Amino acid sequence: MEQLINMVLLTLLAVITIGIIRVRNLFAVVVLAGAYSFLMASVMMVLDAVDVAMTEAAVGAGISTVLALGALHLTKTEEAAPRFSAILPLFVAVGTGAMLIYGTWGLPGFGLADTPMNTGVGLDYLNRNMAETGIPNVVTAVLASYRGFDTLGETAVIFTAGIGVLLLLKRFTAED
Amino acid sequence: MRLDTILRVCTKLFIPFIFIFALYVQFHGDFGPGGGFQAGIIVAAGVVLYAIIYGLNAAQRAVPKRLVEFLIPLGVLIFAGVGVWGLLIGDNYLEYNNLSHGNQPHGQERGVFWVEIGVLVTVSSTMITIFYAFAGRGRQ
Repeated sequence: MEQLINMVLLTLLAVITIGIIRVRNLFAVVVLAGAYSFLMASVMMVLDAVDVAMTEAAVGAGISTVLALGALHLTKTEEAAPRFSAILPLFVAVGTGAMLIYGTWGLPGFGLADTPMNTGVGLDYLNRNMAETGIPNVVTAVLASYRGFDTLGETAVIFTAGIGVLLLLKRFTAED
Repeated sequence: MRLDTILRVCTKLFIPFIFIFALYVQFHGDFGPGGGFQAGIIVAAGVVLYAIIYGLNAAQRAVPKRLVEFLIPLGVLIFAGVGVWGLLIGDNYLEYNNLSHGNQPHGQERGVFWVEIGVLVTVSSTMITIFYAFAGRGRQ
């Protein structure tokens, strides 16, 4: 059943990707990208990564769709015809994709218990977490406690992004 | 979208649930999926939805620009402040073990709680600020 769901989701993802490439109307592209994010969130759900799924659905399908629509308001709704031939980008994309697929051959089987991810530091966190922090959700414990310094850095990155966007766009705002 | 009654009424019905859900994701993050980042995005999504349906001016009356611009650094300061709190009682930076009179799980709980609040504040206000900056831009 899970395999069937995965196959349907991944097929839809491929169809939407082809749609995004083929369609020249940017409004349709934005909507398709939102649908892509929602499907991606579903894939994350099937992989039991609920935290990531939640973020993907809210950021990818929600906020960035709205921001893309806001940007669309400032430009034309039709994509301009390409000025250069697509041969070289196609070559780069196919090459990168082939290398990524080649890389997956070196990965251990999905969900195996004796992989480095599940035997090394991950297992250590799972064993120590309840006694040390008493927080049942290990993701939160690692994120906020064991690796709090990393998360402080991430928060600072978001802060910097906000300040950067403000500096760039503030002078264009109408009132103030 | 001034005249779209169905959208306006539905939005008004939805928004309290969106914010309650954000609070749930925030404070239940210790026990289930979620945390400051996800909750912050959901809060921002609620404000963005309000702005889309009721207009940017109405949203900025409810959530003023000045306020969100003030909240962006405040969240980082809350997070960093938890670290300094640990320093003041003689621990390492961002160590929570002794934040609650030496009871380690309680101290961890308290530290994680405030850290997640910091993340929530920064993420939600940053997203709202970026949206305001984009939406407030007139066509050149």
